[in-house]
Amino acid sequence: MKLKIAISAFALSFLFFSLSAQVRPVKKHRSTGSSIVRGKIVYTNICLSCHMANGAGVPHLNPPLINTDYVLRNKTNLIKIVLNGFNEDVEINGQTYSNTMTPHKDLKDRQIADVLTYVRKSFGNKASSVTAAEVKKVRAAK
Amino acid sequence: MKSKKLLILLLPVVAVIGLILFNACKSADNSNTADAGNAGLTIPAGFSATAIAENLGGTRHLVVTPQGDIYVHLEGARNGKGILVLHEEGGKAIVKSSFANYGGTGIAIKNGYLYASSNSDIYRYKLNDKNQVIDPAKPETIVSGLTNKRMHNSKSIILDNDGNIYVNIGAYSNICSDYDKDKKGCPVLNDAGGIWQFKADKLNQKQSDGIRYATGLRNVVGLDWNQQDNQLFVMQHGRDALHDLYPSLYTTKQSADLPAECMFALKKGDNAGWPYLYYDWMQHKKILGPEYGGDGKKEADSKYLEPAAAYPGHFAPDGLLFYTGNQFPEKYKNGAFIAFHGSWNRAPEPQEGYCVVFQPFKNGKPDGKWEIFADGFAGAQKDPGNAAHRPCGLAQGPDGSLYVTDDQKGTIYKISYKK
Ligand code: HEC
Repeated sequence: MKLKIAISAFALSFLFFSLSAQVRPVKKHRSTGSSIVRGKIVYTNICLSCHMANGAGVPHLNPPLINTDYVLRNKTNLIKIVLNGFNEDVEINGQTYSNTMTPHKDLKDRQIADVLTYVRKSFGNKASSVTAAEVKKVRAAK
Repeated sequence: MKSKKLLILLLPVVAVIGLILFNACKSADNSNTADAGNAGLTIPAGFSATAIAENLGGTRHLVVTPQGDIYVHLEGARNGKGILVLHEEGGKAIVKSSFANYGGTGIAIKNGYLYASSNSDIYRYKLNDKNQVIDPAKPETIVSGLTNKRMHNSKSIILDNDGNIYVNIGAYSNICSDYDKDKKGCPVLNDAGGIWQFKADKLNQKQSDGIRYATGLRNVVGLDWNQQDNQLFVMQHGRDALHDLYPSLYTTKQSADLPAECMFALKKGDNAGWPYLYYDWMQHKKILGPEYGGDGKKEADSKYLEPAAAYPGHFAPDGLLFYTGNQFPEKYKNGAFIAFHGSWNRAPEPQEGYCVVFQPFKNGKPDGKWEIFADGFAGAQKDPGNAAHRPCGLAQGPDGSLYVTDDQKGTIYKISYKK
């Protein structure tokens, strides 16, 4: 009985410590694991606060990344959105969004490839990967 | 010995429970009662709430006439109409008509006119002696061509007692960094990021005909004229993304709680300091923004306006109303109700807000701690995508009841005090 209490107390304290550890996440994009795994870390650190953990965005402010033409279609345009930001009066799945997406030029080619691969294969999206070489080409083209 | 060990193990458990309790009690007022009969809202004992209208669309600000008609502005026009007229009878408000070929937020009644704003213009409509719009198809244009660059473009309006109308022109930027790369001074403030004053009865004004009444305000949605002070009060939406932009200076938790959402009592010429500073409601200090050399501790130049009151980060104050009615208990008289739309920029931390707060006032100044007056709008999930309802506009009815709009689904709540 006591053991049970101790175990559950231990489990809870573990939960607590992991919770408090979350308060200060380290902004490190680790280079191990698959592109999609690395991409999730980039997403969590850079994109999540606007597009939300589930990619659903914020009504009227930040668009969803779920089955939008921008996410699924032309990879060059998609890469440009991350590099240059996005601030245009456009409809995204029938709605307009008024917030401004700032540029993320400071991300490395691989980080952009990873995060876009993650986005294109998450939240119900099923699209091909983005490679660092593709990002490099778009970055150089302008 | 054994029990000591157990205690140490249990400590975090107690801490977690403590945290949960602390969060649950934040509203300080635990006499509040949840009741399905109160339209799902939690309100203080003695009050009752009903949803008098539902599914109207993106209902933003509203006014209620002495005759019990409600004018409510829709964020986007529905079937080409942006203002709904409802009449309340027997606990339900029925849509009687609709007009205005533009959506928007601002709406106000003063001196026989209904004033309303799109995201770039202000119009007015003459009212008859029953406060009904005489010719809904022919508004007079008071101001046109206000700055409208997508972001923070809603134009809330309020009038004073001297023939002036005030409109917020929100900054089209979070923190001006794209526009002030050399940190020479934010140019957005020239045509936005403040409150502009216009003549309420002069037609066809342009933005340049108005006076920049107060500046350094990132975005204001809730505002009201305080009749006791004869002064404009506004609620600022504070900046976003302290952690995202400065991860080494701010944790996600700090970035969720900071900066404060501020209430300002404005006088002509005031500067509230955006984008150069933000207010830290925990340190009770104006802090120099990290974009301008701040480190989370350095204080900003004291020349900038001190807030009248401050609230936790990202709550998103969209409605402000000074309560002048006689129906509610004495403590509410001349105090402020604030509708907090609810946060999104607290992610990955839990979202907060989605409530109506009461701020006690004494002699025209905030006096004492704010408390949650009405809660439960969001329902099971307090996040912007899944919240059932999000409070936005506030109005006082002729009998002293409080009206609250929800722009997620288009509910109008009426909150009354039962004697
Ligand atoms: C500051 C908030 C913010 C951040 C951070 C942000 N975005 Fe955006 N994003 C927006 C907004 C706002 C728009 C729409 C802008 C418009 O309509 O002009 C947008 C648009 C997009 C679009 C195109 C429209 C769509 O919904 O498909 C994509 C794709 C996108 N963002 C991906 C990302 C990725 C990937 C990241 C992280 C690397 C990111 N965003 C970070 C706010 C943000």
